Parts: sequence; structure tokens; C-alpha cells
Amino acid sequence: MSHVIPYIAAIQEAIREEMERDERVLYFGQNMATSPEDPFLKQFGPDRVRVTPISETAEIGMATGAAVAGYRPVVELYMAEFLLVATDQVVNEGTRFHFMSKGAVSVPMVMVAGYGFTAGWAGQHTGSIYGMFMGVPGLKVALPSTPADAKGLMTTAIRDDNPVLFFQNYLLLLEEGEVPDGEHAVPFGVADVKRSGSDLTLVATGYAVHTALGAAESLARRGVSVEVIDPRTIAPLDVDTILSSVARTGHLVLVDQATRHSSVAAVIAAEVAELGFSSLEAPISMVTALDSSIAYSKPVEEFVLPDEHKVVRAVEASLGLAPASS
Amino acid sequence: MANANATDGSAPEALDPERLVWMYTQMYRIREFEERVKSTFTEHPGILRGHTHLADGAEASIVGSVAALAPGDQIVTTYRCHGYPIALGTDTKRMMAEIYGKEGGLCGGLGGSMHLYDVDRGFLGGSGIVAQAIPHATGAAWAAQIRRQGQVVVCFFGDGASKQGAFHESLNIASLWKLPIVYVMENNRYQASTRTDQEDANAASGEPLSTKAKAYSMEGVTVDGADPVAVHATLADALARARSGTGPTLVESLVYRLSAHGNLIAPPGVPLNYPEHEAIAIFGNRDEYEAALRGDPVPRFRHQLVTEGTLSAADADAIEQAAREEIDEAQRFALDSPWPAPDSGLAYVYA
Repeated sequence: MSHVIPYIAAIQEAIREEMERDERVLYFGQNMATSPEDPFLKQFGPDRVRVTPISETAEIGMATGAAVAGYRPVVELYMAEFLLVATDQVVNEGTRFHFMSKGAVSVPMVMVAGYGFTAGWAGQHTGSIYGMFMGVPGLKVALPSTPADAKGLMTTAIRDDNPVLFFQNYLLLLEEGEVPDGEHAVPFGVADVKRSGSDLTLVATGYAVHTALGAAESLARRGVSVEVIDPRTIAPLDVDTILSSVARTGHLVLVDQATRHSSVAAVIAAEVAELGFSSLEAPISMVTALDSSIAYSKPVEEFVLPDEHKVVRAVEASLGLAPASS
Repeated sequence: MANANATDGSAPEALDPERLVWMYTQMYRIREFEERVKSTFTEHPGILRGHTHLADGAEASIVGSVAALAPGDQIVTTYRCHGYPIALGTDTKRMMAEIYGKEGGLCGGLGGSMHLYDVDRGFLGGSGIVAQAIPHATGAAWAAQIRRQGQVVVCFFGDGASKQGAFHESLNIASLWKLPIVYVMENNRYQASTRTDQEDANAASGEPLSTKAKAYSMEGVTVDGADPVAVHATLADALARARSGTGPTLVESLVYRLSAHGNLIAPPGVPLNYPEHEAIAIFGNRDEYEAALRGDPVPRFRHQLVTEGTLSAADADAIEQAAREEIDEAQRFALDSPWPAPDSGLAYVYA
């Protein structure tokens, strides 16, 4: 059985259920739980649910410290760019402790951050910056594209004994989808085939999964069968599922809303080029954001972002198809 | 850059009637501009995107501060940045066009409401990220110190920003290096949807936020930010100290933001609007908000000037009518301005 809820509600559901299950789970951040009517505050009390000042270095550093001291903090950071204010704490503190202590210390914490608010949020609040965190040893990175994955990955993130960056997409917050009833945990490092196909493999991340699915649907109407794979976590990254798909299709197009050289697409392209080269019947193609900042104005914003049309053109080029007449 | 008006740090002159009327004019222009931005959400749905933050309630603080600047002084702001350039003389047509995302905007629609710049008038910009422009302002003050032309930088930010490392690190260096800078913290009582006493140790202890200056051995002062004359006097003192090389000042300017923190935060497809103020929407405190409306600095200053005989009611009406006409024209210009070329998105990545 399942229930239909928005993406953001699925994330909240996972946090609430994990807080019910494990009293070591803490939840805190800016501009939350300021009213006594806040449902998390009412259910779990002010020890476990707290509003903080705008102090990301302290927020993430305190999560690290509380994790070392035995708790399992979830830090609500709202916008992914706010992580950058505290980059040392994100990439170079808690991520190192387990290794440096020869396993004596672990840091079970979750940093929740929204990305890709490409709805006029302009230069400093729209980035798809997950790629820059995927090569940090000790850090896991989840990037859900559906409400079910959002809940399942958050559940796993809270139970994981390592620092996890959980990236939620701002444009998907109100998108509804079916979420399994009861306990729902999605394992890290296991890609999901969002659509099966035989002619070409599309691998897309986060919000771009929906761009890829839209393109696959329009190509299906022309008799082109496209497989769409969502890695769901980019660290760890399930390369095997991608390789086995490419072994069947021989064609790979990558869709990512990040800029080209800091995209997940670039990493997957390198992996497939090294490990799946003999399967490829055409060059790998990356459909990413153009290498610029995001403008406020809508036509300029749209110009630099990947869209279904750009994905369809890349698929046509890979398969040697004539462009659609539209 | 030459600065003919650099002073020797002596006491500032009192404001003459003409200057007081100028200040009221700027306050009213800012209010009219912000009201027009706000009404755009309902009158022209879809034009405004992303997040817009208004200065209504802070006009007296903004204008009192800007009125104290000398030519050549510079400012750095936050993303709540519409008021300052209006007081500095930036063309409201180009400002509105920027906020509407149009080619005729100050930044050709690339920046939007949160990212305004007018370098020629001394407005070096700000940051969309809380507190992160405070070190930029401090660096500009270092540049002014090196130039030795008597220029000062005024750095505007909110109460929430003072809980960032960027704030504390900057104030320490500015005091240590005696940089020519004035930090103006507009304490509008709410850090987005959090009350100041929920996130600030000084506020929770019943102390002013200017107490933070003590930690950096600099002057700290709290002023009624709804009184433009008081703000002007405070800034004039602080600017004189900065100009003379005595060091920076932290000014806490007490204002009350009359609109919500910003417009509704929602994905595309959801109509954007301005929600009710947090005092009511989150804390159920209608009395507080209504008291703030009664203390609205714009009508308060008009009343003061008219009562004192500095400004006749007829002249005040004429100022307000002229501001409405100006903003009408700004809005028409913004609506009529074309959209920017899509590929302008690649034109300014590198200098």
C-alpha cells in the first residue's frame, strides 16, 4: 500500500518517523520551530528541535560535535549555497574523523539543503552545486528525484553512520507522488531505472531526471526506446547499473543541471569511458547547464539550463536520427 | 577619485530646512517604489520571480544614513537593497526594470531585486547571502584607507547577519586596522521568521545589539531608526570618526520591517504574493504589528516637518504626487522594456 504526498512532505515524514524510532535524532536549523505550534517542536520538545541563528559554521560544526558525542543530528540548511559559508565543516571536519581516528569516531549526521531554485532566484540561490561534494571521501551525497526516493533516502541518511548531504530540489517540493506506507528505506549506491528502454541510456540526476523522462516520452512517440537511470545517490555512485544498461543500448546521454565541469555527468562520462568503452557505439554526450551563473530574467535563465529539447537533440545526434521536424 | 568634501572630523553641520525636505522626499520615493514593487505581484502576476525584499519601515534609517555621506563615500548593502540607490539618485526606471528582469534594467535583468549595483554613485553592491558582504565593505574600507582621500564606506546589514562569522571577523579587523568604515545594523526585530530574542544572545539578555561592538573595542551606539534626523546625527558622528582615522563604529538602527521578510517562497506555477507579517502569521501578535504601523516613519516625519513649519502640507502633497508620477513612469518603463537577449547569459562570466 502507498499514499500520495508531496516531495517535501515525504522528507518531513522520514525525519518524523526516524525521530520517533530513535531518540538520538535531533533536528535543528534556521527559521524553524519558532512558534510553540510547530508540529516537530510539539511532538519532540525543545531539546531535540531547535531554531538556530544564521550561523552555518556553528550549525554544521555543532552537528558534527553532537554526532561525535552520540546523537544523530539533522541540520536544516534550506539553500545549498548556505553550505558554502561553512565549507570547512562540510568537507574537511566530520568527513575525516572516522578515518583519522582509525575508526574510533563516527559522525552520523545529515545536512539537508535545497538546490536549483531556477525560478528567478538569480545568481546566488540557484546553483546545482552537488557535484562539488561528490569526490569528498567520508561524505555521502543523496539526490532524490521523487517523493518515494526522498523519503527512502532520508530514512537511510539518518540511519547511516557517516555525514550525509541530502540535496532536495526546490522546484520539486510540491510535486506529488506515491510513497510506500510504513517503513521505507532506499539503500545508498543503488540506481533506479525510472524508465526501461533499449535504444539509448539517459542518466540524469535530481531535477534533471524529470527533464530526461519528458524527453524519453516524446522520443517514444517517434519509436525511440530510451532507458532513464537515476543514480539517486552520487556518493556512493552505482556505476554498474549504468554500465550494464550501456552494454545493452550502446548509447549514453547524460543530463545534469550543474555546469559541465562540476557536474555528475562529467564523472559518469569518465567512468563509462574507462569501464564501458567497448560497449559504446557513439560518443558519450553531456547535456548540462552552460558554464555561467544563473540570471534573474527568465529568458536568460532558460537559455543556460538543460531542457527536454536539448536532451532530444543530443539523443538524435547519438543515434544518428534526423532532427524532429518541430 | 578626488573627494572635495572630505572633512577633518569636526562636528557635522545641522540639517537645514532644504535638506530636511530632501530627506522626506527620498523617504517617500522609497516607500512609493516599494509599494509599487509589492503591488506588482497582484497587478502584473508573473513579472516578479524569485525573492524580493522590501525596505518599507526602514526609510528613515536609510535616508538618514545616506544624507550623512560625503561625495566619494561608498556603500555596501544586503539583498534588501532597493532603498539606498533611490536615496543616492539612481534612476528608478532602471531599478524597476531590473526588478522586472528587463533589458533596460540596471544590470540588464541578470541580477534582479537582490543584486543591484550603481558603482558610479558609490553603491558597490551587496550579497544575496546573509552577512557575506560585510567583509566586502571592510575590504573597500581598506582600499579607502590606502587611497588616503578621506573616503568612508558604510556597510548596511540586518540583525540576523550579526550571528555570522563574517560579521565578527570583519569587525575585529576593522577595529584592529582602524579602517574608515561605519557598520549600520538595521535591527528590524525579525531574522526572517525568527524573533531577534530567539536568535541573539544580547537581545535575549535585554541588551542592545550594539553591545557586540565592545568585543572589538569599537564604538557601539543604538539609535531610533524611525527618526531620520537622529540617524543622520549618529552617522555624521560615526563618519567623522572613521574619516579622521579614529576607527569604525557599529550603529544599531532600530527599525520595524512593515512587510513580511520577502514574498512567498514557492516553485513555478504557484502565484507569488506577499504574506502577512511574521508578527501576525507566526506569532499571532497583531498588537505589535499595529503599533508598528502607528509608528510608521514616513507619515511620522511628514507630520514632524509640517508641525515644525519646515514643510507645508501642500508642499508635502506635491512631493508625494511627484513621487507617484515618478514611480508610475518607472513602472511603465519597466513594463515596456524588452526582455534581455537569452545569450546575454554567457556574456559576462569573465571580465
